[in-house]
Amino acid sequence: MTGSTPLIRMEHVGKHFGTFKALNDINLEVTKGERIVVCGPSGSGKSTMIRCINRLEKHDEGRIFIGDIELTDKLKDLNAVRREVGMVFQSFNLFPHMTILKNLMLAQKLVRKTPKAEARDVAMHYLERVKIPEQADKYPIQMSGGQQQRVAIARALCMKPEVMLFDEPTSALDPEMINEVLEVMTDLAKDGMTMICVTHEMGFARSVADRVIFMDAGEIVEEGTPETFFSAPKSERTKLFLSQILSH
Amino acid sequence: MSFDVSLILSALPKMLMGIGLTFQLLILSGVLGLMLAIVLMLMRISGKWYLSWPAQVYIYVFRGTPILVQIFIVYYGFPQLDFIRDSFLWPIFRDPFGCATVALTLNTGAYVSEILRGGVLGVDRGVLEAGEALGLNPRQRFTYLTTPIAARLALPAYGNDVISLLKSTALASTITLADMTGIARTLVAQTYAPYEIFISLAIVYMIITFLIQKLMARIERWLGRYTVRTS
Repeated sequence: MTGSTPLIRMEHVGKHFGTFKALNDINLEVTKGERIVVCGPSGSGKSTMIRCINRLEKHDEGRIFIGDIELTDKLKDLNAVRREVGMVFQSFNLFPHMTILKNLMLAQKLVRKTPKAEARDVAMHYLERVKIPEQADKYPIQMSGGQQQRVAIARALCMKPEVMLFDEPTSALDPEMINEVLEVMTDLAKDGMTMICVTHEMGFARSVADRVIFMDAGEIVEEGTPETFFSAPKSERTKLFLSQILSH
Repeated sequence: MSFDVSLILSALPKMLMGIGLTFQLLILSGVLGLMLAIVLMLMRISGKWYLSWPAQVYIYVFRGTPILVQIFIVYYGFPQLDFIRDSFLWPIFRDPFGCATVALTLNTGAYVSEILRGGVLGVDRGVLEAGEALGLNPRQRFTYLTTPIAARLALPAYGNDVISLLKSTALASTITLADMTGIARTLVAQTYAPYEIFISLAIVYMIITFLIQKLMARIERWLGRYTVRTS
């Protein structure tokens, strides 16, 4: 991948669920190392947008490129694209029947064809990075929500993805666990990981994001640097949204 | 009414001579039925109408008719069909044991396939999406995620069906087989003591059921080890 090619390019992307238009004419370019925060009211299409990027949802208008590869039905090796795009979900979605270590090793072995011993080393490396190596032999249910989400981040990182997608990673967490997850994400950002985060954590957006995108009704309404976005929002919809989430 | 204990003591060993046959029927049709159930369940969830419809019709027919009628159809009906008499299947259908095994297998397969389908549908979609996002292909997701999770979800209902199958094996006695029930019926005809003999027969079935329950509970604990919060 050359430096000039954007890592992710969405051109006039649209998506319908029946008659409901979830995405409408989305245009977005993400370059390597960029950190983007996506916010907006519920049902605005934030999740749908990032789910289109690793094709958990299929867009039905426009084009999406990951590097030089276009996401289409004809794409033979979709999984080659997916392993470059890490994803973290709101509800963690760890494999409940496997220990933490095995959660981290499974896709490495099956998708990356990494030998077992090496996969284990990689897994332990990332568990240390999210600061829970001592939990390696536990099952997900034996951990707190914050720990589970850190494991989910480590699991995605084990695939050494080019970009990480976060779909409201702290929305299902108790307040006291939100920070431990945000810290891990902030660390990741400092290391230069390309990130797209759907989140309502405006403090995180302020301190980490290069660009904040505001979506409403399936469209990108406004985007800008955190400074301009928070201090001088242009659109009325953005102002209303910010007044609602920042007022308390 | 008098209750003859000595009769029970003499009848029990005779009935237990049929326990081997009971277990043969149970294990053989249990294993074959489970394999059939897996195939039916895969057809049912394949999303392809030409696989799903035949499976649904099959399940409907076998759940919609009494097992006793199914045994009679296989035992009395199939040998009348020339193409079965002429085929390699004849040795199976000529033999009442073969007929009972086939009927029990076909019947339990229909029920168990629905139990397995319930397990598969119970797997959290988010877990499968996480596998998808990590790049696992559909086959890998089915093998490493759906199957082990669904097995645990389906196990309690499956254990129920195994116990039900045990008791269905008693119907094999209606087509001349000398399983425990078959022997008990012969003993009753000889002794005219239905109470003693059928009650002791009932107790033997209860003991076997108890053992199956224990075995299932053990498997459940093992498969469910990841659902326990304390490590």
